[in-house]
Amino acid sequence: MAGLTPASISADLPGAAAEGQSKPVSRTLDAWRRFRRHRLAVVGLVVLSIIVFGVVFGKLLWPTPMSAIDFSASLAPPSVAHPFGTDDLGHDLLARMIFGGRISLAVGLAAMLVAVGLGVLVGAIAGTAAGRVDTFLMWLTDLFLALPQLPLLLLIIYLFRDTLVRLFGEEGGIFLIVVVVIGALRWMSIARIVRAQFFSLREKEFVEAARALGASRLREVVHHMLPNTLGPLIVAATIEIANAIIAESTLSFLGLGFPPDVPTWGRLLYDGRNYLDLAPQWAIFPGMAIFLTVLSISFLGDGLRDAFDPRRVL
Amino acid sequence: MSATPLLSVRGLRKHFPITGGVLAREVARVHAVDGVSFDIAEGETLGLVGESGCGKSTTGRCILRLIEPSGGEVLFRGQDVTRLDRKALRALRRDMQIIFQDPFASLNPRHTVGGIIGEALEIHNIGKTRAEREARIVELLETVGLRPDHMRRFPHEFSGGQRQRIGIARALAVEPRLIICDEPVSALDVSIQAQVINLLEDLQERFNLTYLFIAHDLSVVEHISDRVAVMYLGRVMEIAPSRELYDNPRHPYTEALLSAVPIPDPRIKRKRIMLQGDVPSPINPPSGCHFHPRCPIAEKHCSQEAPSLRETSPGHWVSCHVRG
Repeated sequence: MAGLTPASISADLPGAAAEGQSKPVSRTLDAWRRFRRHRLAVVGLVVLSIIVFGVVFGKLLWPTPMSAIDFSASLAPPSVAHPFGTDDLGHDLLARMIFGGRISLAVGLAAMLVAVGLGVLVGAIAGTAAGRVDTFLMWLTDLFLALPQLPLLLLIIYLFRDTLVRLFGEEGGIFLIVVVVIGALRWMSIARIVRAQFFSLREKEFVEAARALGASRLREVVHHMLPNTLGPLIVAATIEIANAIIAESTLSFLGLGFPPDVPTWGRLLYDGRNYLDLAPQWAIFPGMAIFLTVLSISFLGDGLRDAFDPRRVL
Repeated sequence: MSATPLLSVRGLRKHFPITGGVLAREVARVHAVDGVSFDIAEGETLGLVGESGCGKSTTGRCILRLIEPSGGEVLFRGQDVTRLDRKALRALRRDMQIIFQDPFASLNPRHTVGGIIGEALEIHNIGKTRAEREARIVELLETVGLRPDHMRRFPHEFSGGQRQRIGIARALAVEPRLIICDEPVSALDVSIQAQVINLLEDLQERFNLTYLFIAHDLSVVEHISDRVAVMYLGRVMEIAPSRELYDNPRHPYTEALLSAVPIPDPRIKRKRIMLQGDVPSPINPPSGCHFHPRCPIAEKHCSQEAPSLRETSPGHWVSCHVRG
């Protein structure tokens, strides 16, 4: 526990005792109190809330249709009529970003959940089973890491896109395939983190103590090992959201993700790159949106990690 | 000693394989525990001493089957622990518990003290309602000298001695008969050591507990143990009643070990027996008696044949060709 200061070593001091007798606070409330002390995390939460609010309710506040074409205002810089400017066809960029943001955020979050889910599953099984199972799962992980991802993406999407679109509709089907494909190609680092943590936790005496008390394997994992993996896991998960948002834009760029008329942030960024000199706002605003989202999620992750770590003094 | 011991260890062995090469074949074995036998009577404390790496802790963990023994028998109330299936083993956990050496590593940092002690109650369904369990946790905290309001705190808020008390409360939660104390005071300050030892002695009297007390500090062991077993390189060299062992050690290794205990009076000079060389590797233990390469009184056949424990005087067992 190097680098951590004990909160109160003096449990017998009169002051500490008085504090101990004060009204017990609930765990969640205490975590919230600790979270608020983390200034950057609070800023992250506020920024992210604004972005999410804007994306969900922005349509009501900014009713300009996203596909209204206005050639007279093509490539216009930010103005009162078009706060974020327009693209080459005169689409209002703010309206497009409000719509695209929903998809970008949803893809980022869902793909992260898929990646974390798969990663924790593989990592936890490898980390507890050890031996041959572990060797096999790590081979699998290395295999996935070594796969050339782009050709694979191409293949998977060509193979399954039509079927899924038929089953779940245009947007639903593509959303599903994008999320699953991104998630399924990004679980490896999480699996490795979880496995490594489990390897060290498995030898810890408190896990041995649980075993000595008669705890089942499942209980050991759920009550003792996973909670102590939370710190690195939260950090990795926030990075995964960022990665997924960017990966989705790559897919859209290659014409494999959402159709070109669905303006996800990544798509806007790629479309705008040809006009950096004429209309920098086309790339800057979606770029800023991705950047701010990723950054605020990352700070939020730091704050959550610290708030839920009882050893940390806040 | 009563007629049937509470715990009876017979020829316990634990070999850890060392694997190497592409196919992970076994290339060597660490003989951590190499045929250990002893008995512990109900209500007794057996001290288990020896230097680091001699297999003391592995022996303790094999008895609890936290490590699967490679061979031998562990009879608890006449039942062979090594052959129990998972369900029976779980039931046995109520009778045998362990207290760990490192009070910082042995408590889950993310659980409250109440959660840590309560886990035992949850696993074994002790106490039906939450209130009942809480009352039991409070009772346990008070038993080990902590306050009820400590229940909602986290382990890092406590000092080493207090944490060790929490560990003891956890072990007591299931009302065990036997507690394996794996160097419970080695990581504590000397002043705190005495408190914890006294607590352990009080508890023993109150609940009629049986201890296997593993330690490398000979003075601590002398204080708490009824009998002491000395281990060297995975084998028991000598077992005797505590006083007898300290006053009249028979095995040359015990002699050397005891001569290393400092005397608090600088005017008293004692002849230190300096052993030559280092402890040999348990991967390739010496033939015959494990101690023979360093033994000052070794004879020819010591390197050929391993001695077995022989009773030289009532209750005093020695594993030595020369002195036995």
